[in-house]
Amino acid sequence: MTKRSMLETDGLRARYPDVFNRPVSSRLAWPSMLAGALAIFVFGLIHLGFSPIRMLNGIHQLGWISLMMLPPNPGASLPLYLRALGETLSIALLGTTLAAVFAFPVSLLAAKNIVPSNFFRFPIRRFLDTIRGVDTLIWALVWINVVGLGPFAGVLAIALSDFGALGKLFSEAIEGADRKQVEGIRASGGNALHEIRFGLMPQVFPVIAGQMLYFFESNTRSATIIGIVGAGGIGLQLAEQIRVLEWQKVSFLILMILIAVAMIDWISGKLRFAIIGPRAVA
Amino acid sequence: MTIAVSILPDQQLAALNEVYRKAVARKRLRVALGAAAFLAALAIASIGAEVNLRTLFTYFGHFVSYFDRLLTLDNGSRVWTNIPEWLWGWKKWSLLLGETILISYVGTLFGAVLGFAFNFLAAENTSPGPWVRFIVKRLMEFCRTVPDIVFALIFVIAFGLGPMAGVLAITIHSIGALGKQYAEMVENIDMKPVEGLRSTGAGWIACMRFAVLPQVVAGFASYTLLRFEINVRSASVMGFVGAGGIGVELITAIRKFYYSDVSAILLLIILTVFVIDIGTGWVRGRLFGKERRT
Repeated sequence: MTKRSMLETDGLRARYPDVFNRPVSSRLAWPSMLAGALAIFVFGLIHLGFSPIRMLNGIHQLGWISLMMLPPNPGASLPLYLRALGETLSIALLGTTLAAVFAFPVSLLAAKNIVPSNFFRFPIRRFLDTIRGVDTLIWALVWINVVGLGPFAGVLAIALSDFGALGKLFSEAIEGADRKQVEGIRASGGNALHEIRFGLMPQVFPVIAGQMLYFFESNTRSATIIGIVGAGGIGLQLAEQIRVLEWQKVSFLILMILIAVAMIDWISGKLRFAIIGPRAVA
Repeated sequence: MTIAVSILPDQQLAALNEVYRKAVARKRLRVALGAAAFLAALAIASIGAEVNLRTLFTYFGHFVSYFDRLLTLDNGSRVWTNIPEWLWGWKKWSLLLGETILISYVGTLFGAVLGFAFNFLAAENTSPGPWVRFIVKRLMEFCRTVPDIVFALIFVIAFGLGPMAGVLAITIHSIGALGKQYAEMVENIDMKPVEGLRSTGAGWIACMRFAVLPQVVAGFASYTLLRFEINVRSASVMGFVGAGGIGVELITAIRKFYYSDVSAILLLIILTVFVIDIGTGWVRGRLFGKERRT
């Protein structure tokens, strides 16, 4: 019995040499990749100044900070913080809307089924990619130089960086639309604008609305941080309170942000449900 | 024009038209109300955000001229006419960019390891108990809702200035984001292998290792690479709050109005992000074939 199975194995070996004797290169591929990744990791730890002592000290400090954060307490600045929160939500809403308004026409130009010529599409795509490659905070700094400190710079920063992202997403939504409706409109004598309005828009609109809501959500988060560089909103207060080590106020502000984001999540979930229907919510 | 369609008698048609008109009117009313509410919200928001169209129009010239100045060297010529002069600091900047990539690499790896450890506790089908699941999920939610730069601000105070704070901030954020994506992926697995393993008497850890992990490891790697891409972007601004990387050079250049430096650093950042995007896309393509790349 054992002998027979041995013979069978030998036969298999002879028939499938690749399975039993994999070349050294393919056998070493995974371990060497892992070793490489680990080596970079260790180099990074050393280069970036990690040391157990710093780590322990830092965690010790962090423990103190967390203790001092309790209980969250806004002091006398609650009205100020509420206004700042309102400002943040305003920045997010206006930024998203502005971005969508400008992104839609550009996304039509970047969609393959509207503009078939690669010659025009390619530069527009790269342009959108470039805008997206720059972080919102950097755009905020640029706009502060242009329109001055304050929430307006924040609106423009969010609008610009989302313009890149939404332009790409919208054009993908448009490319995913069904041709048949558009052809139907053309067959009944509609012109190019009619095709877009009645053939494309009804298909694309729910997707776009869903994405806008999603971006509004994520922009509430971005709008909280652009204040750190001076573009208004609750981030300004947060950065200030962290710098002057008012930890109770810091924890209160973080709590406010968390609650606001949770509320926006919930509301936009409901709205998405109303616009798209249950099917596409997930 | 010949009409092949038979037309209903007028009374019947009128009734149908009436119903149709009503249905459409209700829909139109809903759309109009929605639009009105949206516009009202916009109006309130523009008061809240101190939007001033006049400022925008007066200063829009500044925006254009800002880019004009960004692309001009100190001696007044365009940046691309004298590239060595434009990228004079490329040695220093590329070292800092390397540091930026390293920050996001180490942060992503830490975050991935910890997120990996937590996700099995958070996924509905593998969690040892509802209480553990609830706590881990809330914790991860906290980690990803608080923006990473806020963590960086706090860590700079606790751990001192330098890239370590940036790494830890990115770690915390990655734990939250990756933990959630991992857990969602684990929730979608086929449970039959798990049942099979459990019927042979395997413990919880063995079940995770031999039944769950083989189904999800490819997806995990893909999400981790995507997160690395995102983290490179956020690491590029960590320097704004003193947490290491190229950001500190950029914010100095912007604040001190070194225009051509700003554009040079931005160019290098954009190039780096492109290269990382393409690189991770290629790796994902190599690892999982084309269909998994999305």
